[in-house]
Amino acid sequence: MAGICTYGGYVPRYRLKRSAIVQSMAWMNIAIMAHAMGEKAVANFDEDPITMAVAAGLDALKGVDRAKVEGVYFASTTMPYKERLNAGIIIPALNVKDQVRAADFSGGLKAGTTALLAALEGVESKRVNNILVASADCRLGMAATAQEMVFGDAAAAFVVGSENVVAEFKGSYSVTYDFVDHMRSDSAVFDRQWEERWIRDMGYTQFIPEAINGLLKKCQLKIADCARIVYSCNNRAARKDINKKLGIAPQAEQSDLQAEIGDSGTSHPMVMFAHALESAKPGDKIIVVSYGSGADALLFEVTPNIAKKAHNLGVSGYLAKKADLGSYTKYLVWRDILPADIGMRNEVADYTALSMLWRRRKEVLGLWGTRCTNCGTPQWPPQRICANPACGAVDKMEPYPFADRTAHIISYTGDMLMLGLNPPLLTARLEFEGGGRNMFELTDCTLEELSTGKAMTMTFRRKYNDKARNIIGYFWKAMPAQEVK
Amino acid sequence: MAEGIKDKVAILGMGCTRFGERWESGAEDLMVEAFVECLKDAGIEKKDIQAAYVGTCYDEVNLGKAAVYHGEILKLPHIGLTRTENFCATATEALRAASYAVAAGAFDIVLALGVEKLKDTGFAGLPIGGGGAYPRIGGYNGSGPQSFAQLAPPYSKKYGIPMDKIKDAMAHISVKSHANGAMNPRAHLRFPITHEQVKNAPIVSYPLGLFDCCGVSDGAAAAIVTTPKIAKSLKPNQNIVKIKGVQISVANGEETLYKEWDGTGLWTTQTASAKAYAEAGIKNPREEINMMEVHDCFSITEMIIMEDLGISPKGKAYDDIMSGFFDLNGKIPCQVDGGLKCFGHPIGASGLRMLYAVYEQLLERVPPERKVKNVHLGLTHNLGGEPARGVVSVGIFGID
Repeated sequence: MAGICTYGGYVPRYRLKRSAIVQSMAWMNIAIMAHAMGEKAVANFDEDPITMAVAAGLDALKGVDRAKVEGVYFASTTMPYKERLNAGIIIPALNVKDQVRAADFSGGLKAGTTALLAALEGVESKRVNNILVASADCRLGMAATAQEMVFGDAAAAFVVGSENVVAEFKGSYSVTYDFVDHMRSDSAVFDRQWEERWIRDMGYTQFIPEAINGLLKKCQLKIADCARIVYSCNNRAARKDINKKLGIAPQAEQSDLQAEIGDSGTSHPMVMFAHALESAKPGDKIIVVSYGSGADALLFEVTPNIAKKAHNLGVSGYLAKKADLGSYTKYLVWRDILPADIGMRNEVADYTALSMLWRRRKEVLGLWGTRCTNCGTPQWPPQRICANPACGAVDKMEPYPFADRTAHIISYTGDMLMLGLNPPLLTARLEFEGGGRNMFELTDCTLEELSTGKAMTMTFRRKYNDKARNIIGYFWKAMPAQEVK
Repeated sequence: MAEGIKDKVAILGMGCTRFGERWESGAEDLMVEAFVECLKDAGIEKKDIQAAYVGTCYDEVNLGKAAVYHGEILKLPHIGLTRTENFCATATEALRAASYAVAAGAFDIVLALGVEKLKDTGFAGLPIGGGGAYPRIGGYNGSGPQSFAQLAPPYSKKYGIPMDKIKDAMAHISVKSHANGAMNPRAHLRFPITHEQVKNAPIVSYPLGLFDCCGVSDGAAAAIVTTPKIAKSLKPNQNIVKIKGVQISVANGEETLYKEWDGTGLWTTQTASAKAYAEAGIKNPREEINMMEVHDCFSITEMIIMEDLGISPKGKAYDDIMSGFFDLNGKIPCQVDGGLKCFGHPIGASGLRMLYAVYEQLLERVPPERKVKNVHLGLTHNLGGEPARGVVSVGIFGID
């Protein structure tokens, strides 16, 4: 039996009220007021689809033996790298083993469900098991467009396998069309879209019903047999039409989270599916449909295992963990739409020694340190000579992971000299539970929230974006620990 | 333990530029300015110098990495010239090397010079860097105030002193230094400030406000060292300033990686001062030392230094600071020239600038309004890097 073993989600902490965009941009295009409701999730300045996929992936891996993961598939249309396997950066951050297959799925917005299908069918073939599928997108719409209003950033992840499956894969139906309702060419920053009414009539309301009907026919089911219909469609009028056309009951229509997140592109059906599973009951049949260059429709049936799944934050947990971004200009600066001066002090940037990065990849991308086998002291970064003065053993170290450990603040500050994109720059000296300490940058919090002793958890983030050399670097920061209910 | 260099090395002459935003001067000009004054004060000629150590920290904004560039400026007679670098202890490191050369009997007369031209960077604060290629890919982005500000929260917690009281002591420190610096023609910031100004200034790094941070400036200072015997022969009619002890301590990763360090004091300052006191034969620094120039890069640093040097008991620096113990008319006047606070901190020059302040007080060359009474023994202290990963130098100088 192939299916979903675990599911996780991620929604960035910051939310931008759509009314803030309207306030700034409606003078230019009054039509954006049609989308003024709710808020859109906005990736922090140090987040991107890779870091968000890692966050969702770690959420999905709660309670999973990572040594059993045999593959990592990543889906996004906004991957930071065109050449350099993006999933390859996610793998060490998830601390799964190196001996895995990995792939980036991109292009159309149905890449997320296509990655999921590839994993499910791989597991069905019995040649591979336990594939982590993660999706994330951070799409940009040009200022004063409907896309800017409706797009939002989010991620989801699933472990697809054959044991302890919480939702069994029952079948799929795909349609593929070069229907260019929106597009982004190689060098484009913003999504370019054709007329909304045409997309509604000839896109959403055609392909989604075609895929769902195809699936129902193939699986010999009726729409009423399905407890939940999860489909990605950010057009409200189209949703009404589709529900009516297919006879989707109001209680069966899975929320598209437009008011809370926005349309997260490739990731959106995945986020909605992970969200649906959080309240699903054994026996529920769930249809998941993507949209973009056609559609994939997937059928799952929830099993009794759903009650035994390890607790994690999930989409709901991250939805609740939010802060108002406040300002539209902050969003523009973070997304590099509005050039802002971060000070000449920060222009003097070192190159990235890629040979050093390779040598030290475990400590940088996986936050691995060492523990002295002589005295037991954990240490990050890895050491050759033990830092315990009473020990001082040479080359008695074993690898020791820090990424999952809670740490407590010894000292902290917020610095206005080291100007970043979210000043003040927060740093703290942290002591890990079980031992080990160092100074780290903090993120997703404010200076006012900090105090000595406060519990923190580590989070994988962008460390820098070297535009002169086109290198984005990743490392770990700390954020306030979140209790999982 | 080795016997050290107490009374084996004398300061024959010194020079010190005006510190400040020296837009008109490059590192070359500053070096020549300090060197010419130093040579004149020593009463010798350039050909008498047998070896030289030039300290500079940021090669990117100065003359470059190698001693060759410094040699070309000073035009010394093909002698051994070495660039020294040890973060903020750079100038004291140059002095230490020169003193060891004399004490070892390798040379009779040696030059130590420190210089830094910071105001060619185009921004406030110190340049980023110094840690090699690794900080780019791992670790954190930091700054001077970022690392030193973090002394305050654990100190406040450990000793139960509310942050507002700590801010009061910090304000007293800066007000005192500005009062001293206002009288010094070589200082960068020459104006008095008030307690309220300090406490209400915009925050740079919590809890440090603008007036809790030292200035950033250009400057150079130099000393020529020799044996006490040669010094006395060249200057029979004046007191001879001798080195009583000079020690350096460098962090070893224990503070950063191991569990014991609590972030409320610096082991490097404690180690370097204990060794310097032992070398100088000082038993009770609070009673024996008459003046100090310590590394007041930030006011919280100066507060904690007083405890690490063994002048104030642990957790009690507040009482000494607020009672005026370190004021110009106090028991141990501190930063009598204005300190880093008013001179700014051209990294490679500061250690010798501090020695200059002690030297002119020991030789009673200062006008009455900023004179410290009965100075026989003065202390200098540099602290480079950051509290957990730092280098500290302590020098003790005196007249018989």
